[in-house]
Amino acid sequence: MFSQEMMDSIKKVEATRQSRIGADLRRMTAEEKEKLLREYHPDFVDDGFTVLEAGPNKGDKVPHELADLLQANSRLMSLEGYEDIDAVEAELVEPDYDVDVLIIGGGGAGASAAIEADEGGANVMIVTKLRMGDANTMMAEGGIQAADKENDSPAQHYLDALGGGHYTNKPELLYKLVTEGPDCVKWLNDLGVMFDKDAQGNMVTTHGGGTSRKRMHAAKDYSGAEIMRVLRDEVINRDIPIVDFTAAVELILDDQGRAAGAVLMNLETKEILIARAKTVVIATGGAGRLHYQGFPTSNHYGATADGLILAYRAGAALLYADTLQYHPTGVAYPSQIFGALVTEKVRSLGAQLVNKEGEAFMNPLETRDVSAASIIRECRTHKMGISTAEGEGVWLDTPMIEQIHGEGTIEARIPGMLRMFSKYDIDIRQVPILIYPTLHYQNGGIRITENGMSDVENLFVAGEAVGGIHGRNRLMGNSLLDIIVFGRNAGRNASAKVKEVKSGKLTLDHVRKYSEEMVSAGINTDRVSPLLLPTYTHGREND
Amino acid sequence: MREMVNVYIMGKKYTVPEELTIMGAMEYAGYQLIRGSGCRNGFCGACATVYRIKGQTELKACLACQKQVENDMYLATMPFFPLVKQQYEIKDIRPDEQIMMQLYPEIHKCIGCNACTKGCPQEINVMQYIAYAQRGEFEKCAEESFDCVMCGICSSRCPAGISHPQVALLARRLTGKYLAPESEHLTRRVEEIAEGKCKDMMESIMNKPLEEIKELYNNREIEQ
Ligand SMILES: Cc1cc2nc3c(=O)[nH]c(=O)nc-3n(C[C@H](O)[C@H](O)[C@H](O)COP(=O)(O)OP(=O)(O)OC[C@H]3O[C@@H](n4cnc5c(N)ncnc54)[C@H](O)[C@@H]3O)c2cc1C
Ligand code: FES
Repeated sequence: MFSQEMMDSIKKVEATRQSRIGADLRRMTAEEKEKLLREYHPDFVDDGFTVLEAGPNKGDKVPHELADLLQANSRLMSLEGYEDIDAVEAELVEPDYDVDVLIIGGGGAGASAAIEADEGGANVMIVTKLRMGDANTMMAEGGIQAADKENDSPAQHYLDALGGGHYTNKPELLYKLVTEGPDCVKWLNDLGVMFDKDAQGNMVTTHGGGTSRKRMHAAKDYSGAEIMRVLRDEVINRDIPIVDFTAAVELILDDQGRAAGAVLMNLETKEILIARAKTVVIATGGAGRLHYQGFPTSNHYGATADGLILAYRAGAALLYADTLQYHPTGVAYPSQIFGALVTEKVRSLGAQLVNKEGEAFMNPLETRDVSAASIIRECRTHKMGISTAEGEGVWLDTPMIEQIHGEGTIEARIPGMLRMFSKYDIDIRQVPILIYPTLHYQNGGIRITENGMSDVENLFVAGEAVGGIHGRNRLMGNSLLDIIVFGRNAGRNASAKVKEVKSGKLTLDHVRKYSEEMVSAGINTDRVSPLLLPTYTHGREND
Repeated sequence: MREMVNVYIMGKKYTVPEELTIMGAMEYAGYQLIRGSGCRNGFCGACATVYRIKGQTELKACLACQKQVENDMYLATMPFFPLVKQQYEIKDIRPDEQIMMQLYPEIHKCIGCNACTKGCPQEINVMQYIAYAQRGEFEKCAEESFDCVMCGICSSRCPAGISHPQVALLARRLTGKYLAPESEHLTRRVEEIAEGKCKDMMESIMNKPLEEIKELYNNREIEQ
């Protein structure tokens, strides 16, 4: 249960609560934010990064953990039962699957792409590492942005996302995101997603960090789960084949250097399978399970940046791969759910960030990067954090919510949060919760054009694996939106492209070439990638 | 030293730290999970698990990522359960009583044992939502079942062979698409964009020099 230090501090939080309600917490100036980020945000910790020596992004810095995988040996070079990569290549002539559009990844982006590609008349197949829907999409709690209210506009949405992204978003991608946003929310609604609405049908919308209009649409705090359940159901209704517990371990190109399928591995039997396709969509999501700089993560078990590794070896450049999003409110206590996400909606509903003395040390609706940096500063430099088994944290004052909006609000609006903590006998209506930043989202990823294609012809990318839509920082709610907008976009274009493709001879030559490039760059390693799944021991080796 | 407890994973004994979840305990014991681990935070239903505490008769069910181990826990994971999922075209069906009868007639075989509800790790009143589905009260069924993670524990307990999570999903899709009131502001905005009405505003922002855009951003009016 709570330590004495925690209980003493909770008393101080309670003592100041009433006076904090309605208090006007100043927002930081642009200069203050800039300084704070440089000093405290993990993206600015130089020790956390390596400069790449091979591949399209040679000379760019990325997190060590990602560099180690980008500059590692292909799994195909050391497969059991295959002498070398040539032996795998020999199997390309007899594919196990032959489809028009191969979709790699069974999250929201993959499902949206599959539905649209199917709608376009293509023969589609989804291959996914875990089960369909075991993905970051399923876990999104807070909601999805779209500018559909009277007082709002796509232009306003554009401005918010651009400023939040520090003006580094690719304008043409952001244009697409905000102008197709309303249509995508309507598409989901028409598929049967149950958005929160009032009796007249008006969407119940709230703020998220960095928004200037209330445009966050939600489905209670199961927004992602509700979207994912419906999309998965729709994929099954359409008879789109799903090959699960099977990972893509390398892309296949044709002799003209265009994407033409993937080498797959059945994770249970380790069998190697060849999928030939006319176009390929990478929708493999994020990288939280690489635990950059030792941070815990809110991500699902399969978030290991596989798609980035595959695309990079095939010659596709990455964009902003050095910027990650650390969600300001990850669980700091109890240890069983360390790193799990406390949705931003808790702050949208009015809960403040409070230090050990009971002081609200910042406006809770600053952007995520600023909030995370501010919490790190509060603990590290101001020494105002509360200690926990894993480190430290500050309070998120949940009981305020019901004092502001009335009793029952927590159960009605954030039931998932209530349940998550109640399993460990913590009633968030009565006591505040301890939080600390957690590795949450991969801002960067594979560079694409407006039509969703990467630098490699016929290789489309959608979802969290893409870089550029959000620039160097993503606002809450824009990711669920992007997986739908760009998932559908990739599916449509991948399916349209099928008609033009007459694929040539299949090859793995790019894998060999990349390996040679590594050798000439002096990289000599026995590391193997993609990672596929992380390994956890929970300290077994020390016991 | 950490406090340790004994757990029996598929019958085999392991000594593990007491603060771990069942999923953590399996990993501590040396399992590299492939099945049975998805979101790792109670959203995906990949980690359904049944257990019994030695000496007790009651069989309990939980999500392995959400349940802390207890001493003398005998557990078995259930990473897959064969639910029946009927296919349909959402745009061709309607939210009337027949549709359930047509797609999931077995719901009328419910004998009221309530084993589904007792097994639910999300504390959903499963039997109640099946009753709503029987009566064609889809909105109530949708509301009651909303937190379902589709782990399938309910169905594994059901003597009538009902696939509760699929029934609930159908009710929710019908509710979202047909029964919830239309969002007129959304329909309007989609039309406006299609007619090109937002284009000028977009372009006027996008064509501004960066300094002006920053100025606009830093002085945005924020809706209260
Ligand atoms: C806890 C949490 C809360 C969030 N809340 C919000 C929110 O409120 N609003 C918002 O907008 N965004 C939110 N996000 C972000 C958002 O949910 C994700 O960025 C988005 O859903 C990613 O979708 P995706 O389809 O790109 O990837 P995912 O949904 O992660 O899907 C990736 C899929 O690819 C599979 N895969 C990976 N590698 C391979 C391989 N080698 N071969 C085959 N398959 C593979 C995975 O198993 C998975 O099925 C949240 C994220 C998390 C983790
Ligand atoms: S792993 Fe998703 S619910 Fe446990």
